Amino acid sequence: MSDRRYTVLVCQGTGCISGGSEQIYSLLEKEIESSGSNGGIHVKRTGCHGFCQQGPLIVIEPEGTFYTKVKLDDVTEIAKSLLPGGKPLERLFYRDPATDKPIPCYHDIPFYSKQSRTILRNCGNIDPEYIDDYIAQNGYQALHKALFEITPDEVISEVKRSGLRGLGGAGFPTGRKWESCRKASGEVKYVICNADEGDPGAFQDRSVMEGNPHSVIEGMIIAAYAIGAKKGFIYVRAEYPLAVKRLKIAIEQAKQKRVLGNSISGSGFSFDIEIFQGAGAFVCGESTALVCSIEGKRGMPKPLPRPRTSEMGLWNKPTLLNNVKTFASIPLIISNGSEWFAKRGTEKSKGTAVFSLTGKVVNCGLIEVPMGITLRKIIYDIGGGILGGKAFKAVQTGGPSGGCLPESMLDMPVDFDSLTLAGSMMGSGGMVVMDVDTCMVDVARYFLDFTQRESCGQCIPCKLGTKQMFEILDDITKGEGRPEDMELLIELSEAIKRSSICGLGQSAPNPVLTTLQYFRDEYEAHIHQKICPAGVCMVQNEGN
Amino acid sequence: MTEEELLTEILASYRGGRGELIPILQEVQNNLGYLPEDVMLGIARFIGVPESRVYSVASFYAQFRLLPLGRKRVTVCRGTACHIRGAPQILNEIERTVGIREGETSDDLEYTLETVACIGCCALAPCIRINMDVHGEMTRENVTGFFPALSESTRNENEKEKDVR
Repeated sequence: MSDRRYTVLVCQGTGCISGGSEQIYSLLEKEIESSGSNGGIHVKRTGCHGFCQQGPLIVIEPEGTFYTKVKLDDVTEIAKSLLPGGKPLERLFYRDPATDKPIPCYHDIPFYSKQSRTILRNCGNIDPEYIDDYIAQNGYQALHKALFEITPDEVISEVKRSGLRGLGGAGFPTGRKWESCRKASGEVKYVICNADEGDPGAFQDRSVMEGNPHSVIEGMIIAAYAIGAKKGFIYVRAEYPLAVKRLKIAIEQAKQKRVLGNSISGSGFSFDIEIFQGAGAFVCGESTALVCSIEGKRGMPKPLPRPRTSEMGLWNKPTLLNNVKTFASIPLIISNGSEWFAKRGTEKSKGTAVFSLTGKVVNCGLIEVPMGITLRKIIYDIGGGILGGKAFKAVQTGGPSGGCLPESMLDMPVDFDSLTLAGSMMGSGGMVVMDVDTCMVDVARYFLDFTQRESCGQCIPCKLGTKQMFEILDDITKGEGRPEDMELLIELSEAIKRSSICGLGQSAPNPVLTTLQYFRDEYEAHIHQKICPAGVCMVQNEGN
Repeated sequence: MTEEELLTEILASYRGGRGELIPILQEVQNNLGYLPEDVMLGIARFIGVPESRVYSVASFYAQFRLLPLGRKRVTVCRGTACHIRGAPQILNEIERTVGIREGETSDDLEYTLETVACIGCCALAPCIRINMDVHGEMTRENVTGFFPALSESTRNENEKEKDVR
């Protein structure tokens, strides 16, 4: 409506909901209705704004007024402030942690102004439960272009030219995967969206599904058209009930709008999507294990040598498996062209990367940055530095498959290849900042505890090796480490890396290897002096 | 409704394909809170797979429970961000307050205490979930506020019982 003056965006991401944003939304809607504003104010539910730590969040457009840590008690005043003569509520503004100066608009807050939100651009802006909102932002136009203006081969060439690499962590070139799936023989093919975001410390896939589910669905339909699939699955973790709910609503609405289902938009091309809920197994993020899980089996990676999933996947049919953010990037590439996409990033890692920036950093939340940005810029410019002005110790990327990088590597560019070279990896995008109070031996122990619990138990190096590594690390943190333990850990790591059959096992030693490489002095302090320099481990409580 | 009737009702919307095993187990657990042995046998017959297959799947995935669940299901996040911001201390505090350990259910079926790899609320670490509600920025002090019914005496009794065991 033309007489609308304000749009009030109330964040309904999981983080803000835990702070009561559902009640805030309902009350605000009621208050606005009874205030007699004549429809000049539109209250809208949105997905995650990214700055979860400051939640519940409210954004008021068109000015971009940004309210943080909103409480139910604030709602009446917010409603009044929108009426003629009302003034913005300064007490709810974000305050610069360094100067304590209030910043009224989100685009002036360094956390937002230093990002380049592309995949996330509509998260926090559109109502994820209302397809027309997505369509109003040019949603489903890329699909229309793909179906009516270009051939499947041209779609694949465009994706190849963009340089997009799998954003689930491994960074395999997306276009090449699509091509091999298109070329694979067989009438029946499948498209699967891997939304089994199991890395502890990562929630970007969850936020994309909760905040902009149609972008994922549109990407999947375009992929299906390109490879010739009629059926797709979204494999979502059971721990993400809100994402499941929003995806279900989105699929229903897409079918009503005829952009999903039989003969999409009258093109003759048909595609359907089913949601499959994972049941809590980290290893199911591995493609062959995920496929077994949909087939109703234990989610265990297929033994080696195994065919590529793109050639023989679900029910032995060619299957295209990509991550949530990879699919969400597709409509942008098709709409704006591969050159536009490839403009950002580095030579070998194009586009943007989405990270969950968490841990001991001032600004925690979901961020999107161009590939190639330095770790320092992420942590200090966007993240606002270390909590409480303490000293930085390490940054962990890639979850249990990645590693901990020290201060000397802060100026390293963040892209697939640089992170791998440093002994870590991009992973699905968790980025956990650690300060002087974090013990690196405890962190290594923590990750090995995770991997040995999550090992599927199929291959011995992973099943027994990670368990042994965990026990050695546990001993070290208890002050019972032996001088030869460090070499033993390295020996075990090499064996596990070489002989495990899947990525979980092969990458499991990374947290240990990187902490041994960059923070060896902490291991030595635990083993030789029986002290924990960070004061985390039990060694100090034993009077040593 | 008996467990058997409930199972019949749930199975009515499935065809009996092997790929339906996990969704069926999930729906049963959503209704009953866990997977009773008889129900798993019924599912095996319905899908036409050996009982061992159903058990092997049910025991593989962390989501499935083979024992009844407490009315309040308390889940402590073990994610990385939560870990370095004090999740182990939060878990200890809850164990102490409620008097059960991780993985256990209280005898009166009031509480089940479990951990999860990551809730995905890392920016609000450390966080816990009680039934469907997520609570962020937990401290040893504010977490006990979620267990008001437990008086000091229950706690002491629980502690005593633990010592005896």
